[in-house]
Amino acid sequence: MRISLTVNGEQRETDVWGGESLLYALRERLDLPGSKNACEQGECGSCSVLLDDVLVCSCLVLAAQADGHQVTTVEGLGDVDGLHRVQEAFVAAGAVQCGFCTPGLVVATADLLERVPSPSDDEIREALSGNLCRCTGYQKIFDAVRLAAGINA
Amino acid sequence: MDVLTPRSLDDALRLKAELPDARFVQGGTDVLVELNFDRSRPAALINLNEVAELRGFTRENGSLVLGSGLTYTELMQPPLAVELPALAEASRTVGSPQIRNRGTLGGNLGTASPAGDALPPLLVEAAEVEIASVRGRRTLPIGDFLLGPKRNALEPDELVVAIRISPSGARQTFMKVGPRNAMVIAVCSLALSVDRERGELRAAFGSAGPVTGLVTAPLDEAERFPDAVAAAASPIDDVRGTAAYRRHALRVLTGRALERCLA
Repeated sequence: MRISLTVNGEQRETDVWGGESLLYALRERLDLPGSKNACEQGECGSCSVLLDDVLVCSCLVLAAQADGHQVTTVEGLGDVDGLHRVQEAFVAAGAVQCGFCTPGLVVATADLLERVPSPSDDEIREALSGNLCRCTGYQKIFDAVRLAAGINA
Repeated sequence: MDVLTPRSLDDALRLKAELPDARFVQGGTDVLVELNFDRSRPAALINLNEVAELRGFTRENGSLVLGSGLTYTELMQPPLAVELPALAEASRTVGSPQIRNRGTLGGNLGTASPAGDALPPLLVEAAEVEIASVRGRRTLPIGDFLLGPKRNALEPDELVVAIRISPSGARQTFMKVGPRNAMVIAVCSLALSVDRERGELRAAFGSAGPVTGLVTAPLDEAERFPDAVAAAASPIDDVRGTAAYRRHALRVLTGRALERCLA
């Protein structure tokens, strides 16, 4: 079946198989490999994207459910020539080890700061509870979130 | 596999009547896991995301009519969180923000897992499940809707469209045991209310029997209530915990919940 959606502000069309996830469509059909594929069951958050400005695991959304909707992936937040402030903060704080969880954490953090500009540590913990860093680099990730929010730790 | 996307409830019900083997998908937090891991290959999927009638909630003669497409994130916010506090607490323990943004009340009922976090609070508040098909509508008390592990009373052509609750206004709470505070399937869970108007203690346990179970007692039996709840459960040993631990935990949770609600 054919779907038509807005991805990172751009109108895109692609053929998809009915049972496939939005994550698969983004990575394999729309050439947007920023969202990562790990657990495929909503446990790890590495595939986090915004669907109509709502944070979701793209592995748990049918590609067909995104038909007619808006998706923002990590690529849509910023690029090397113009990093999003959250991406900048992750670089500055060294909040990256292997990097696999980073796109999901960047999208989840951007979503948090959009809703809660100056979050408490508990609010950060809650907002990022669905994103796993297997390198356990949470301390630096917290530093990056506080930096992006302009909070002095 | 076809994905059919009806734009109205009538169309959704008509499609299900024509294709009884099709599977409804709303938030996808259960269905997509099955698809991703090749555990099920339904003949077709009926995507409910565009059916506006299933969203939000309405009020009818003092009752709340919660659309089956209501998400956990919505249940955590006022006014619902104020009127249904135990359900809001349970919703806060579901998965992660990503899961709560997509997962729905109707999905919890459709899946009918003994560990479904929304189910104990619904049972304590005597919720009724409104079911629709092209043949008409019917309403079942939630206790009659849940039949067994992942089994419910839906016929192949039926859909849960709403959950009706008359908020008791009773002091109530929800508690859940798991290895982490987020992303956890309950080892066991408990919703409890102290309903002074009905003169009743009400508790419902999750993950401690084939279905979510309700236990009630007169108000003046609070002291014996933790033992009564533990005795009413029929837990099993599984990967998440032992039967003995679950029974013990339910006793402790009931004591703590009573303390909280009697204070």
